[in-house]
Parts: sequence; C-alpha cells; structure tokens
Amino acid sequence: MSDAPEFPQLDITPLNAPYWEALRSGELKYQRCTACNLAVLPARAECPRCLHATLAWTAASGSAKLVSWIVYHHAFHPAFAARLPYTVAVVELAEGARMVTNVVGVDDPESLRIDMPLMLTIEHEGSIALPRFRPATTQQQELS
Amino acid sequence: MATRAVIAGIGHTAFGALPDRSPISMIVEATRNALNDAALEKDRLDAVLVKYPTSKPEFMFGQRVAEALGLQPRIGGVWDQGGAANISLISYAAMAIEAGQCEIALVCFADNPKTGTRQAYQRPRGDDAVFGFMGTLAGYAMIAQRHMQQFGTRAETLGRIAVACRKHGAANPNAQLRKPLSLDAYLSAPPLVAPFRRDDCALISDGGAAVIVMSERRARRLRIPAPIPILGFGQGQTSWDVAQRPDLTATMAASSAATAFKMAGLTPRDIDVAQIYDCFTITVLMTLEDYGFCAKGSVDAFVSDGNIEIGGALPINTSGGLLAETGMPGMQLVIEGVRQMRGTAHNQVKGAKKCIVSNQGGIMHTHSTLILGQ
Repeated sequence: MSDAPEFPQLDITPLNAPYWEALRSGELKYQRCTACNLAVLPARAECPRCLHATLAWTAASGSAKLVSWIVYHHAFHPAFAARLPYTVAVVELAEGARMVTNVVGVDDPESLRIDMPLMLTIEHEGSIALPRFRPATTQQQELS
Repeated sequence: MATRAVIAGIGHTAFGALPDRSPISMIVEATRNALNDAALEKDRLDAVLVKYPTSKPEFMFGQRVAEALGLQPRIGGVWDQGGAANISLISYAAMAIEAGQCEIALVCFADNPKTGTRQAYQRPRGDDAVFGFMGTLAGYAMIAQRHMQQFGTRAETLGRIAVACRKHGAANPNAQLRKPLSLDAYLSAPPLVAPFRRDDCALISDGGAAVIVMSERRARRLRIPAPIPILGFGQGQTSWDVAQRPDLTATMAASSAATAFKMAGLTPRDIDVAQIYDCFTITVLMTLEDYGFCAKGSVDAFVSDGNIEIGGALPINTSGGLLAETGMPGMQLVIEGVRQMRGTAHNQVKGAKKCIVSNQGGIMHTHSTLILGQ
C-alpha cells in the first residue's frame, strides 16, 4: 500500500470505453458524425448538430492549438497537491473537436499563448492513459 | 406587457455563517420579512417559486417550502438555471400574473454552503478530474485567461471590480465582508488558480432571501408601501460546456439584455446604477461589455477612475455583491436594486431612476436580466 493520495478514477461507460481503450493502445480518438461531419468530444450517443446516432470513432492526428489555460496553485484534490503548480487547458484538435487536457513540458506558463500549436503526448497515471499536450516542435508544425 | 408588475416586498436573513439553520428555515424567515416589508397577509400569496439550494438539491423542494409556509399555492415549484434562476422566476411570476394564473407570487431562495455541505461546489468535473480540472472557479478562470489574451485585458481591471465591490460592502452594515481592498493588495496576493486570486472569487455564505411580485394595479389597491415597477426582463443560454463553447468570450448576457432593454424601451445610457452578478470578477467585466455599457475589449478604460464606484458614471454592486455582501447566488442583487429605486440603500446613488440587475448561472451557461424603475 502506498501513502500517496488516490488519483481520481475514470467513470468508464460503454459510451466512453473506446476512447480510453484507444489511449491505452497509444492513440487519441474523437467522434465524427458520418451524417453531418461534426467532430465531437467527449463521447456522446447522438450528434448535437444533426441529432443522428451516427458518431464514429476516428483517429486524431495529435495536432492541436491552445484555446485557453489556467495554472493551479491550490489543490482541490489531494492527489494534485504534489503536482502544483500545474496547467489545465482547453485545446482544439486539428480535426475540430475541443477537449480538456494538461499542457506539459513548459517551464514557464507565462510563455503560453492562445492558438499556439501543440502536439499530443500520452502519459500514464497508474492504469489510466491520459492525453496531454506539449508545445509542438518546429518539425511537428511543418508536418501538421 | 399590458399589466405592469412590481416588486412589492423584499426580505432576507442575516448573511454569513448561520449554523444549524436549514434552507427552509431561512426561506421562512426571509418570507416573513418580505411580507412585513409589503405590509401583506401571508394567505394572499398564491404562487411559490423557488430556486433550489445549489449545494444540496432536494426532491420536491418547492412543495416542502410551500408546506413550511403553510400555503397551498396555485403555482409552485423549483426552477433550475443555477444563479440565473432568481430573476428568471421573477419574470415568470410577472408573466403568470398577466396571464391570470396567479395574483401574488413569492420568489425565494436559501442555501447554507458555509456551515452545511459545499461539496457540490467542489466536485471533480467528470472525467476532467483526471486532469485536475476541479473547482467552480476553474471554468471562469479559463474564460478570464482567454479574455485577457484576446483583448489584452489586464489583471488591474479584474482587480478594480473587486475593489469597487469591497468598497461598497465595507459601507454596508449587513455585508458579510466589510474589509475594503486596495488595488495594490489585490495585485500583490498570490494566484489561486491563475489568472484568479482569492479576491476574484465570491464569498461562501449562508442566507435566504425573498421577493413578492404582483401587478401594479393590485399594489395600488392593497396600498403596498413601496412597490418598484419591473420595466423589462430577458434571458439567454448557451448550453455548451466551457470546453465545447465555440467562443469563450461571448456570453448570453448580450441577448438577455437586448430582450430586457427592448421590453423596457430603454438603452444602456438610461441606466443609473447596476447590480451585476459577480461570482467572479471576470463575470462582471464581460457583463458590462455585453450589456453595451462599453465596447467589447474596452472594459479596461471603463472601470478606471472610479467609474463603477459610488459617485462614478455607473456605480455597480452598491451593497457589495457576491464578492462582499454575500455569496448568495443573485437574489441580494435584486433586493439592492429595489432599495436603490426606493432611495433607501446604504450606498444610495443620488437621483437614480433606473437600475439593471444581472443574474447568471453555471459557468456563464445561463443569463437573466431585470430592469427596475421608479
């Protein structure tokens, strides 16, 4: 038994299981509506634009841009106390879906800018594989 | 509307820590005070409209409130829009009265997150919890960061909102927080969830409040001592959660206020005093923009030079708002609007004839606007 506070657990449902399973095998997926082409996250049963149950899991490229971010200097959950300060962000995938994530690999959060290009990095917290993002390298920006 | 409605009575409990008081007990006290204020018999109330306690929702809460009040209302129940619900319920009361569905409506709210449970305010946000995205302030801070980056909005501007509310709260003997705040003290405080500091965030408070709504004609017939006309109201909602919202800096305050101004036949230039929902400083700043008091992205200049303090062009939150009077979600702003129109506020704006009040809920999901007059 470890004394470390327990990391928050996921609420895995039949709806979101494909998302978390894909991350465990190293891939970020989002849902694209085969009827109206809308890209969405997190997992839904029906498309909020055309209302059809035609959302299909699709692989994302991993490229994204930064929409906004915040820096926690206070832990609202004991598992995050040792991680302060940490950054939570909203990012927009190149495919259009938006998601909540962490931005990592940044020494000074003051260097973050809206719309800056980011690249996926999958990190593990126990049995959970988490999609996080780090600033894209010049090479990654040219490829995306 | 053919039949103009008025706020006939206002009442509230003390604000702050009220240990061992249930929300229902606080609603009964606030209602007793509102009935006294209106010089009205309890049994004339035939509608009981309730915003439920945010920190601990209860099934059939509206019926439990009506039972505690010993009333069998024609219309009653709970409406959930988060912090927008109080003004929305006042507007539904006005519409129900005009439609002949009821005659005199009680709109009420109470909660005890300070001495009771406040778990609802701190619950991890679904699967977002694995990213450490927690706390009500987080979504608002996310919006604030985008606004600061997009428009160059400065920390000083957020600070000036807090300074104004704290100054007004310090002069209000009923305020929970009566300690003024200087801009320097605001800026030198450490970040909590950057870009927010502690002073950007609403108080956590126990308390209850109630208002009584009836037609202007009935108020005259019943010789209500100080009825305040409702000139306009409106609502707007974006259902998108923060991460899915296409534009983080666009709020539903704009469409809500447009509906209210049109109904009242007024423009922002006609407003003398404003009570703007200040759960977080960013909310005030964006509401001022979206209500049309200043252009989007120009709020830095608008809030400088004491413009939003007593004596300025548009004093806001004259009783201290959620940042200083009480963290109660919204009804205290309506009550202060009524006091300003009666000329009985502690920080009275001299000659004020029109007051706008905003309520909003979720993380800028819901918005409701009320315009009061004389």
